[in-house]
Amino acid sequence: MKETKDHAALSEAFNADEPRVNWHDETLWFVRQKRDRAAQTIPDWELLRETASRIKHNVLSNLHDYLLQFEASARANGVIVHWAADAREHNQIVHAILQKHKVDRMVKSKSMLTEECHLNEYLAENGVEVIDSDLGERIVQLAKEPPSHIVLPSIHKKKEEVGMIFHEHLGTPTGMSDPQALTEAARQHLRETFLTRRAALTGVNFAVAETGEFVICTNEGNADMGAHLADVHIACMGIEKLIPERKHLGVFLRLLTRSATGQPITTYSSHFKKPREGHELHLVLVDNGRSVQLGREDFRNSLKCIRCGACMNTCPVYRRSGGHSYHTAVAGPIGSILAPNLDMKANADLPFASTLCGSCTNVCPVKIDIHDQLYKWRQVIVREGYADTKKTMGMKAMTATFASPATFKLAGKAGRWFMRHAPFAVNNRLNPWYKQRDMPAPPKESFGEWYLKNRKKKHE
Amino acid sequence: MSSRDSILAAVARNQPARLPLPEMPAFVLGEGDPVEKFAAVAVSVGSKVFRVKNLEEVRQAILKEHVGAKRIVSGFPQFSDMAETSVAPGTDPHTLADMDLAILPAQLGVAENSALWVTDAQLPLRVLPFICQRLALVVRQQNIVPLMHQAYDVIGAQDYGFGTFIAGPSRTADIEQSLVLGAHGARTLSVFILEE
Repeated sequence: MKETKDHAALSEAFNADEPRVNWHDETLWFVRQKRDRAAQTIPDWELLRETASRIKHNVLSNLHDYLLQFEASARANGVIVHWAADAREHNQIVHAILQKHKVDRMVKSKSMLTEECHLNEYLAENGVEVIDSDLGERIVQLAKEPPSHIVLPSIHKKKEEVGMIFHEHLGTPTGMSDPQALTEAARQHLRETFLTRRAALTGVNFAVAETGEFVICTNEGNADMGAHLADVHIACMGIEKLIPERKHLGVFLRLLTRSATGQPITTYSSHFKKPREGHELHLVLVDNGRSVQLGREDFRNSLKCIRCGACMNTCPVYRRSGGHSYHTAVAGPIGSILAPNLDMKANADLPFASTLCGSCTNVCPVKIDIHDQLYKWRQVIVREGYADTKKTMGMKAMTATFASPATFKLAGKAGRWFMRHAPFAVNNRLNPWYKQRDMPAPPKESFGEWYLKNRKKKHE
Repeated sequence: MSSRDSILAAVARNQPARLPLPEMPAFVLGEGDPVEKFAAVAVSVGSKVFRVKNLEEVRQAILKEHVGAKRIVSGFPQFSDMAETSVAPGTDPHTLADMDLAILPAQLGVAENSALWVTDAQLPLRVLPFICQRLALVVRQQNIVPLMHQAYDVIGAQDYGFGTFIAGPSRTADIEQSLVLGAHGARTLSVFILEE
């Protein structure tokens, strides 16, 4: 079932409908502008970013001890802690907990980690029905699609399409497209789900080594509705989600939602420390490649990510190619530096899906050098032999041309001659540059020739 | 080797040389009165704000605002004439499904984002502020702090089982970025700032 098309091919499909691409672009830019306004109201914004970045550097440099401290504190609080080396073990652990409680229907709030591990598919194969309770996630789940954005899972869907999906699956009247009415329909449908599920799975935004508690942020209240009504609560987190002390939450909660949607904070920031009396609280700590990334000096900083999505909203490539073109759980610039660590061959195209403009780095609340890492991944991917062969050959030809002045002059002359006398040689579908552009008019002479004629003689 | 031990060994092997934890800077709210700021932000995120002198004024406002509310649960014993003020330990949280209104005290409020802090000290059942159709939170004016940093200073080493910051009614913008209040949690939030 693995997607075989690369980012360029998937973007081309997304770009077939130009007005829709423009709508997608503008919608995400609107979110980016909200982020800017929120950041500008904080006099200490840059100080906050710097502090968050340095706290995360400390976490990554001391992760071993923080993990041990967190595990001990959480256990002392009565939390059952599990460790999963990879996606497969994570899925098995979750399934075993559900089996122990004889649960075959579960409600889940947003967790990109479970997307990364393909938990829903795994549980479905094992006869467990999962209902995603975040509205955006429920929409894409009913549409049988993955989320296209980590914070706004159904940002690529129009309200009329949501109306059609709800009509088909939830029995709402045909032609309904009012967001208020559609949200109300989802509220009624999911309320019944919350009230009838005995197990709830949630993600984790931050986990505190000092206290063993973890924090979940939602605007809808879906994580809380699921967790507080179920007999069993399973929370799943990547090992990089740790922060040292409770007081550090102040820094990260101020940055997260302002960066994500421009809100001052999410409606609910819930701190789970101990299980409810007489109930089980499980916490699954997942590695799945994170310890490897920790050892890659050039890419280690990607583990500072707090999953706000700001880099996607600002990315000119993401906005015009859509989240699905990245064919991984986490799309956009940050996803493109995380994914090659998990599977370099399958994701070799992603670091090239960028203009390297650096806007992602500028908005990142924890100061990850995203565009530098994209550039560095390109070099690793070429060195390891995973680059697109057309691109490698083109680059080799270009290197040879630039390395020899004689070849460079000849190539320029030939290019100009062809564009003048045989424009069809470049204005065709075989030339990828021509796809969305017209070729420029060829100059009569090169700069070298012009210089020789007009300047060099005068100075002699 | 167990997964736990192999993960810990890999982390120990791959983590870089120790970098120090930064000192927490003294962050500032900026100009203006924190209580005014709190009220303005609360309104901007869809809450309704009431400045009141005492609990009696809270009662009057609630009777006026929430005329249709049938089942009310409250953390204030003073409201026992109109609300259930004690939830027996071990009560099944599902029995709160038909609750119209919850009226609860909040320990503190945060001016920069209008978040209100409640823990199991205020919550007989954790699901209470989420499952109710409408929520009212009462905070003392003197307990409004400027920023999240001061909030965590006050919270300190509190030993709760569950605690949450609530800032506004439940909301979503998952359909074409159109803001809708009342996603899965409370549809409305009334915030009472108590002078006394």
